[in-house]
Amino acid sequence: MRIAICVKEVPDPSAEKRIDEGTNRLVRAGENTLNPYDRHAIEAAVRIKEGPAPDTEITVVTVGPESAARSVDRALAQGGDRSVHVADEAAAGSDLLGTARILAAALRRDQYDLILLGQQAADAECYVMAGLVAELLELPCVTQAASIEVGDGSVTVKRQVETGYDTVRAQTPCVVSVSDAINDPRYPPLPAIMGAKKKPHEVLALADLGVDPASVGAAGAGTRVGGLSKPEGRGDTVLIEDDGTAAEKIIEFLVEKKVVA
Amino acid sequence: MAGIAVLCELQGGQVAKGSLGVLEEAARLGAAIGEPVTAVVTGSGLDDAALADLGAHGAATVIAADDPRLGAGLAQPVVDACAAAQEAGQYRYWLAGASIMTADAMAGLAARLGAGIVIDAVELVADGSDLVTRRSGLGDSVLAHCGFATPVGVVVTRANSFAPTEGATGSAPVERIQPSFRSWSEGVELVGHEDAEDSGPDIGAADVLVAGGRGLGDAGGFAMIEDCAAAFGGAVAATRAVVDAGWYPYSAQVGQTGKTVSPKLYIACGISGAIQHKVGMQGSGTIVAINKDKNAPIFDYADLGVVGDLHDIVPKLAELVRARG
Repeated sequence: MRIAICVKEVPDPSAEKRIDEGTNRLVRAGENTLNPYDRHAIEAAVRIKEGPAPDTEITVVTVGPESAARSVDRALAQGGDRSVHVADEAAAGSDLLGTARILAAALRRDQYDLILLGQQAADAECYVMAGLVAELLELPCVTQAASIEVGDGSVTVKRQVETGYDTVRAQTPCVVSVSDAINDPRYPPLPAIMGAKKKPHEVLALADLGVDPASVGAAGAGTRVGGLSKPEGRGDTVLIEDDGTAAEKIIEFLVEKKVVA
Repeated sequence: MAGIAVLCELQGGQVAKGSLGVLEEAARLGAAIGEPVTAVVTGSGLDDAALADLGAHGAATVIAADDPRLGAGLAQPVVDACAAAQEAGQYRYWLAGASIMTADAMAGLAARLGAGIVIDAVELVADGSDLVTRRSGLGDSVLAHCGFATPVGVVVTRANSFAPTEGATGSAPVERIQPSFRSWSEGVELVGHEDAEDSGPDIGAADVLVAGGRGLGDAGGFAMIEDCAAAFGGAVAATRAVVDAGWYPYSAQVGQTGKTVSPKLYIACGISGAIQHKVGMQGSGTIVAINKDKNAPIFDYADLGVVGDLHDIVPKLAELVRARG
């Protein structure tokens, strides 16, 4: 079976984040990392390959600047076979729909049986990419999968909804986003990390995909950020590292906040 | 393009409270920007008399799409229903309160219409005759003012952002539409459903909740969570991930598909802090997070974040609380 996994490089959540006041875009400078939720999607694909479908090929697909290659390698190290990376300056500033258009164009080049995504991106908390990509590709879509069972011409997915647990069957090819409940992603061993760079990498521009630059990027965005404001409510997080006295420090904090007497 | 359409979701045969809240917010917005509000309801075997009551929550008109394919809680047939409503009504804006189904349906609709989509909106603001959303970002440290450049704009509001009025009365005319379903929308079928077991302690009433996530390592980790909760005189909460894994009962689950809680103190142990969890506990008074992964998103919205091993910290915390009597 041929599986594609859409991944995203996100800013390190622990690094200071800010929005550029000139462009109103998230500043992505500094240490970036593979979206942690995507690791569950990669693990799900690897388990299909290790289990019911050993002849599976796993392709990692991403849209992002050239520097995102590091996160692509990180995804390959976890069990991908090859990568497709769309890197084009005209893609910068893409909103959700623009990003979905580029991903869909990259996915259309090959015939995949299963397209997997993580449940959300950690930076912008976007949880709708699967639905966008599926509609653009005119494919069935299931989100928030807690388990995936591969059948003949279909996948069976269990998912939690507001009223309990649904089991649904989707015809392949289809798009599935996986919840963080689906598995415990493994950390790749050092040789796999070293070997990732040697796997086949394809780096493509929008023109290679026939994507009209005017339909994506900042120019093609359907949404406009007109300003920023500070929300009311929570102040900054006090972040400490445990040096053996964390429990004492929690109590001190709670006493100071008058939460405990 | 004219008017605001609100996708209203049925849960257990009733329009979900979240949908009613968004409908009322849409009516406030619509009054400010001069756009009438239409409620769009999809399902199987709909009762027009009950749907007319949506007039009490701000709908000027109700559009009902009734088909067996719309009765399984699957999102893609709902995209077809919304597209049929859009064809007839040419709405400027589509709104829905986030749920598992509505978020997917709005994503599909945005892709079909080539419409800009804003998710996780927490406020709907009139800017002249336009809607500009307030979308929470960077771990809720900033509100981005997001408007639209496309003729149609699609908005998914954060779950639990808008509460409906109790006891409102009113009535709206109900019109029926028949969508045509796309082949791929019929590519998913519901083959089984289990209602979640919801017996157990009422975590909604507790002043202190000690919550466990995947970082506990295994189901056995909940013993120390229970002990710590007992020391605080509180109750135990859990994430969807550990409930799905069978480590703890569903009745303790906090989040979009679980309970919404607002204790005075919420101690999150080994919880990454996905948006689905956040919307269930962000109203808590003080939030303390313990996680060994310094990258965990929960540190964005905790008051106190502790990077460390919860297996060391939690038992000691319980001991210190007991010592204080």
